[in-house]
Amino acid sequence: MANFKKNTKGDTPAISTASLPDIVFMLLFFFMVSTTMREVELKVQVTMPEASQVKKLEKKSLISYIYVGPPLSAYQATLGSAPRIQLNNSFASLRDIDAWITSERESRDEADIPMMMTALKVDQDTEMGIVTDIKQELRKSNALKLTYSTRRVFENL
Amino acid sequence: MAKKKKRGVPEINAGSMADIAFLLLIFFLVTTTMDTDTGIVRQLPPWQEQQNENTDKINERNIFVVLINRDDRLLVEGRPMDISQLREKAYEFVTNPLAKENLPDKTLVSRRIEVAQTTLLAVQGDENATAVAQAELDTWTKAKEMIGGDDFAISKGIISLQNDRGTTYGQYITVQNELVAAFSRYRDETSMKYFGNPFDKCTVEQQDVIKLLIPQAISEAEPKNIGG
Repeated sequence: MANFKKNTKGDTPAISTASLPDIVFMLLFFFMVSTTMREVELKVQVTMPEASQVKKLEKKSLISYIYVGPPLSAYQATLGSAPRIQLNNSFASLRDIDAWITSERESRDEADIPMMMTALKVDQDTEMGIVTDIKQELRKSNALKLTYSTRRVFENL
Repeated sequence: MAKKKKRGVPEINAGSMADIAFLLLIFFLVTTTMDTDTGIVRQLPPWQEQQNENTDKINERNIFVVLINRDDRLLVEGRPMDISQLREKAYEFVTNPLAKENLPDKTLVSRRIEVAQTTLLAVQGDENATAVAQAELDTWTKAKEMIGGDDFAISKGIISLQNDRGTTYGQYITVQNELVAAFSRYRDETSMKYFGNPFDKCTVEQQDVIKLLIPQAISEAEPKNIGG
């Protein structure tokens, strides 16, 4: 049949690159969707401790973060190098935690409030005193679900 | 003149589309940080004004006290200990395989069912309490069914972790990690025995049963200065 004529010429036909943009766009959309832009600008240095027995945190939208650590060098001239608490985008004190928890709750759906969780991102060289104080404040404001954020390491058994 | 009358919009050359898309793609590839958040999850006890009233009622043998002083050294059950031994010691405490006198007491699942039945009878008439008691009874009956009717002995042990204000957070997390590891090991072994899979690979239902049988009883004590 005429339709099945063999290509008698020796040179290989050029591969069509027409679908290349489609493939690239697909990848692009994947990365655009999966990218999470950092919402807060860190003002404290946090090197989290390592742990192996950790759980992955689901539902990131329900997690509120408290950062604790020495201020970045730009702020150390005014604030010193003692560990400070950061809530959202600003330095805070222990007394602010209660109000902050309340505002975090208000910004979520009412049905989600019991599932809300506080994650402590604390520098590993911080002394426990400030962490204990934060825990007491959280208990007072009845935010009882807590995670100590860690870097995950795998250990050989 | 041989002028062309057809005057459609000329086709835009899409050849550079791929380049633009590549550029964007590389931008997102570079900026993406796939940081999955991980951490050690804890439930804090509710706030109460007068504290430490109930701890006295817990039997001495059922408590495993871990103290961390401000120099990050450990005192476990009254003796100094190296962190490398902690996991083993905690595991021994949680499992108490030889049913030693100085390690925690255990309750059988069948005993839990009996207790639930008694409560159910005791609260007859009160609708809310009946519902709660019935749910409790169902949970335990179902758990027993799931593990093939085996009478599992539930440890009453509680690990009490106390720290000084001067303890570093890194050390505190390391200790927490060792304690959680002891529980995970016990959970893994138990789920292997009953379900043939390690804890992580079990279904949610099976995991719930294991959690019920082996609660992760780590208590973070009220702050106090234990010196160093």
